[in-house]
Amino acid sequence: MERHITLIALFAALIAVLGLVPKFTLASGIPITAQGMGIMLCGTVLGARRGALAVLLFLGLVALGLPLLAGGRGGLGVFAGPTVGFLIGFPVAAFVTGWITEKMRGTPVFPAALIAAILGGILVLYIPGILGMTAMLDMTVAQASLSMAPFIPGDLIKAGLAAALTASLYKARPTSVLSRS
Amino acid sequence: MLTLTSDIATPYHRLRAGGKLAALCVATVALFWLGSVPGMAAGLAVVAGLYLVPGWRFFRQGLRLLTPVWFFVALVIVWHIVMGQAMSGLVIALRLIAAVALANLVTMTTRFDDLTDVVMWLLSPLRSLGLNTAPLGFAIVLVVRFIPVLMDKAHKLIEAWRARSARRVGWQIALPITLIAIDDAEHVAEALRARGGMVPPEET
Repeated sequence: MERHITLIALFAALIAVLGLVPKFTLASGIPITAQGMGIMLCGTVLGARRGALAVLLFLGLVALGLPLLAGGRGGLGVFAGPTVGFLIGFPVAAFVTGWITEKMRGTPVFPAALIAAILGGILVLYIPGILGMTAMLDMTVAQASLSMAPFIPGDLIKAGLAAALTASLYKARPTSVLSRS
Repeated sequence: MLTLTSDIATPYHRLRAGGKLAALCVATVALFWLGSVPGMAAGLAVVAGLYLVPGWRFFRQGLRLLTPVWFFVALVIVWHIVMGQAMSGLVIALRLIAAVALANLVTMTTRFDDLTDVVMWLLSPLRSLGLNTAPLGFAIVLVVRFIPVLMDKAHKLIEAWRARSARRVGWQIALPITLIAIDDAEHVAEALRARGGMVPPEET
């Protein structure tokens, strides 16, 4: 019990710290932040339920007014903004990522985590994100989807990093990777 | 720990957190009901007025917190002008600014601890159902403590890298940072267990 709570709290903190990593800009001029990688890691390392709990904890702290979102954003205002769909999608994305990682127990960690991070951390995250943008900005689904396309290369890089990190972590501290224990 | 709560004393600081949150919910719903440009402009004017009550400095602080919104405001307006619906674009842009500003106002004038208390109060029905909500309060404290510790350790590792390598700090640094963090978490958990573990829910 204590162990699970501290690990969940730790990963909530990790999402926040990754949001503070200075963003770097892709060749296409689209900035990418490491925060999305934190969401993926919650799923691939902690598994479905605990990963989603860690993300919910992180979002709760953002709502309570801590400036933990990438770029120092936070407070209740972000839940009234155009990116609210992504915030709602974060815990779902972590859950699905974790669920797939758990289901692919028979597969080595790296490919399993990679597939989970791409399906959960990108595909599943984009659906509520795009729906949120259509609702808040009065765009059509097609327009909102198109505006997200430039972010996909960066997100694929993040999924690769998250999977590599999970695989190394599994080698170094197998018992801490809850999605596999 | 840095929070977004304003250090400028305002009349709103004295209001109860729960009341402010309830009012925010009602006001946000109302903003989505107002459909016309004059209605929305009036709504935004009221919000701006609320920011002006404590004075200019508070108003400017509020504007700073709105920075991330301007990009989307510009996007929406340009988009709707291109589509030939400038008016509906204006309504959406005004609503966006007003809704985010209003929510920020609650954040800026409510202490973190007070909001945490509201959350625990909202969860109290779960407690009477037999669920233990104490771990949540405990987890919040843990995260708030973990963040600066984690940042500090990350900084030290990055400095160690810079001292030893001519190459730029790469993503590989993430593994040792995560490892240190996980080891810390396991130590904290062990220490908690050694001190009697999580407190069981109080019998009432």
